[in-house]
Amino acid sequence: MKVTSRSLMMTGAMAAATAIVLSGCAAAEPEAPMFEGSLTVWVDADRAGVLEDIAAQFEEERGVTVELVTKDFGAIRDDFITQAPTGNGPDIIVGAHDWLGKLVQNGVVAPLELGDKASEFQEVAITAMSYEGQNYGLPYSVENIAMLRNVDLAADVPATFDDLIAAGEASGAEYPFLVGLDPAAADPYHLYPLQASFGAPVFEITADGTYDPTALALGNEGGEAFAIQLAEWGAAGILNTNISGDIAREEFVAGKSPFFLTGPWNLPAIQEAGINYSIDPIPSAGGETASPFVGVQGFFISSRSENTLAANEFLVNYIGTEAVQTALYEVGGRAPALLTAFEAAKSNADVAAFGEVGANGNPMPNVPAMDVVWSDWGSTEVAIINGQGDPVELWRAMVESIQSKIDG
Amino acid sequence: MSHPSPASPLAAPTPPAPAGSLKPPRSSSSTRGILIKIALLSIIDAIAVFGLFMLFLQESWIPFAIVLAVTVLVNWIYLTPGWLPAKYLTPGLLFLAVFQIFVVVYSGYIAFTNYGDGRNGTKDDAISTILLTAQERVPDSPTYRVTVLEQFGEYFFLVTDPEGEVSLGSADSPLERITDFGTDSTGRADSVPGFTTLGFADLLGNQRAITDLAVQVSDDPNDGALRTPDGSNAYLYLSSLSYDAATDTFVDRQGAVYRDGGDGAFVNDSGRELIPGWTITVGFDNFIKAFTTENIRGPLISVTIWTFAFAILSVATTFALGLFLAIVFNKPNMRGKKAYRLIMILPYAFPGFLSGLVWLGLFNEDFGYINQVLFGGAAIPWLNDPWLAKFSVLLVNLWLGFPYMFLICTGALQSIPEELTEAATVDGAQPWAVFRLIKFPLLLVSVAPLLISSFAFNFNNFNIIYMLTGGGPRDVSAGVDAGATDILITLVYKVAFGEGTGRDYGLASAFAILIFFIVATVSIISFRQTKALEELN
Repeated sequence: MKVTSRSLMMTGAMAAATAIVLSGCAAAEPEAPMFEGSLTVWVDADRAGVLEDIAAQFEEERGVTVELVTKDFGAIRDDFITQAPTGNGPDIIVGAHDWLGKLVQNGVVAPLELGDKASEFQEVAITAMSYEGQNYGLPYSVENIAMLRNVDLAADVPATFDDLIAAGEASGAEYPFLVGLDPAAADPYHLYPLQASFGAPVFEITADGTYDPTALALGNEGGEAFAIQLAEWGAAGILNTNISGDIAREEFVAGKSPFFLTGPWNLPAIQEAGINYSIDPIPSAGGETASPFVGVQGFFISSRSENTLAANEFLVNYIGTEAVQTALYEVGGRAPALLTAFEAAKSNADVAAFGEVGANGNPMPNVPAMDVVWSDWGSTEVAIINGQGDPVELWRAMVESIQSKIDG
Repeated sequence: MSHPSPASPLAAPTPPAPAGSLKPPRSSSSTRGILIKIALLSIIDAIAVFGLFMLFLQESWIPFAIVLAVTVLVNWIYLTPGWLPAKYLTPGLLFLAVFQIFVVVYSGYIAFTNYGDGRNGTKDDAISTILLTAQERVPDSPTYRVTVLEQFGEYFFLVTDPEGEVSLGSADSPLERITDFGTDSTGRADSVPGFTTLGFADLLGNQRAITDLAVQVSDDPNDGALRTPDGSNAYLYLSSLSYDAATDTFVDRQGAVYRDGGDGAFVNDSGRELIPGWTITVGFDNFIKAFTTENIRGPLISVTIWTFAFAILSVATTFALGLFLAIVFNKPNMRGKKAYRLIMILPYAFPGFLSGLVWLGLFNEDFGYINQVLFGGAAIPWLNDPWLAKFSVLLVNLWLGFPYMFLICTGALQSIPEELTEAATVDGAQPWAVFRLIKFPLLLVSVAPLLISSFAFNFNNFNIIYMLTGGGPRDVSAGVDAGATDILITLVYKVAFGEGTGRDYGLASAFAILIFFIVATVSIISFRQTKALEELN
């Protein structure tokens, strides 16, 4: 009977698997008369630690269990879009504001009413978290890039990008200027401030400060001037697509360049190496302000959540508090979105300096059309920097390609 | 590269002894056996009943019917005497059904739908989400403090407005001023005689009902309604859209009508779509799109050609190198053979995607080991030139794949009887002739099926392409997302996960079906050829 019992055991596992798989197909549970469930929150490993304490506090005070599911940050958006419609998704996710367009397009996030509390957050954070006039998320951090300067190699803050290059070359270092790029996709995010200084944002910015996803501004005269400039920088070796983010950090840490265009995430390595650095505004290359993209991170509530009230309470009255925002800042190093927490964090000179640069920034567009832009944008920048054709023609082809994808 | 290893002659498992011969006759089956059988069946049934109960509550009738049928079938099979083949086959067949057939049928089904970004769920979900997001807070409307009350199963908002006036309303009756109420220490009205005040726990137990509750501030719906997101603060909302279930249309405040446009979204006359849409079946549209859309057809053809070239060349180069090394190492009197063999297996032991990343670093134009050390600082654009990138991909795949070919060729060579070589040599054949006319054909008989499966594997070798070049370099002037080294499966990935155009699972599944037909056709033809080869010998 040994064989039979083994196959029976397999059948048991099978039936269990079948039941689980099949019940997974079904819709969400019906309304319970009393609340017995829990809030499921998808977070990444870094933030899970901070949220554990606040989840325990929430459970104690409000009687609702918070289940933290640790996921890879990069996987959260796509998994959420796939799982929310099946009714098996989480109630809350942590995410970046530029996911918002995709999330709204797929109908998986619910609007979040912050009420008067909205004024307690940095304005750029609230703008970033709204889509077509509706607020969808509770922001917790704001981050942007700035120009890092090795004070030992370059004593003065350059006024323009040309001055920066001149100072870089005069310093005698191996590279006049460093920025992390990618051989296949360059890095439009890091190059954006330079592009913006030519007066070429991605989309036209409407009167109320939001982006008009139908009006591509990339292709204006400023954009073409930037393309020509890119080709020049590429030919002069100032931009090199083979210097990846990791290599750029290594070289800056080794003191081989006075300037490094990067974000706060590279600070720990630079501090550890004992580099005497300063965080400066990004000098303008095209005459206008070199405004970087501002990225905002926050929490979103699922439109399929059956626990909207508890989720609202948890986000607005727990995660939106100074203590939690400060705790999240301390683990991630990203400036808090809540003004009171931000003011406190500003006692750290680095946070204050990055925050000052970010004040001139634009939120990264969160419209779904932005997804279409990155691929063409990056590979065209690679081609221009590497001199694979006439910069203006390549730039025009890119704009045409992006426009045709947006039009569908 | 690689591994249908169970088929490799070295790893061929010994066939199990026939089970029947070891089994005692059925009539003497012990009480213990019967008890185990009953216990296991009860566990299965308990799980199944639990599953059925949940499915019944969720009113998912099709899964309910399937689970019921499977449970009855399993019980019947194991409780009926005899039916020995069914008792053995059932677990395997069930696994096959869930993990293979269901997956294949489901991807096939997706290919006939428009499932993708913005077409993600059901129509009902879309309608409720549209209604949810259409609730717009009236700009600068004040915050009202509310207490939720309950009377005879109906919920009421007890509202304290910013001026301190108190009023009461429900879904059916607009707000009305009241005077008979109790307040808490902050001045918020919190109770009315005859009504039950809900505590936080009560609120949580009825979340949907309370967050869905809209209390009009006056008889005129255009003045807006109060809603509460958290049970204690309410804001004035106006809906920008209203849904009429009878005509299945949305109407916005300007009077524009949005109808079901037939492609899974509500559209108005000027073509503006409401988001989100929903998944519908679109028939052969995805297949037609693959062959007629200029942006897809162009790259599809060149990518298909490169996919064949990549798969054929990968098999050819790895087989050639593997066979060469196998012959070299087959020399009986060679020293240190074991150490060499061990070293050669190493590439096979590394995960393919990891190797891809490592080689990516080695190939870096300015900083990579290959250019810096091997070519003395020459700036060879290994991965940035379309042809060099193709070459690099093949080179890395050769590195990854030859150990497998070496293994199977060694096995096959050793299984060829030495007497054949001796006999041929006695007859005066030169070594090359011995190899070409005797050894190689014999080798092919056992290796050819593995070459075909290796071809099928490389045809869909996603790891190496994705990790090494990501399909690039792209021809930016072409305006499409396919790069010089994209093979069909990476193109499918780009379509499915929308690096550039938004995700389109329907189109990606259609591509996957096309790929399946290509691989199946090639395999069938090749296996026929192999059979002919066998008959030759």
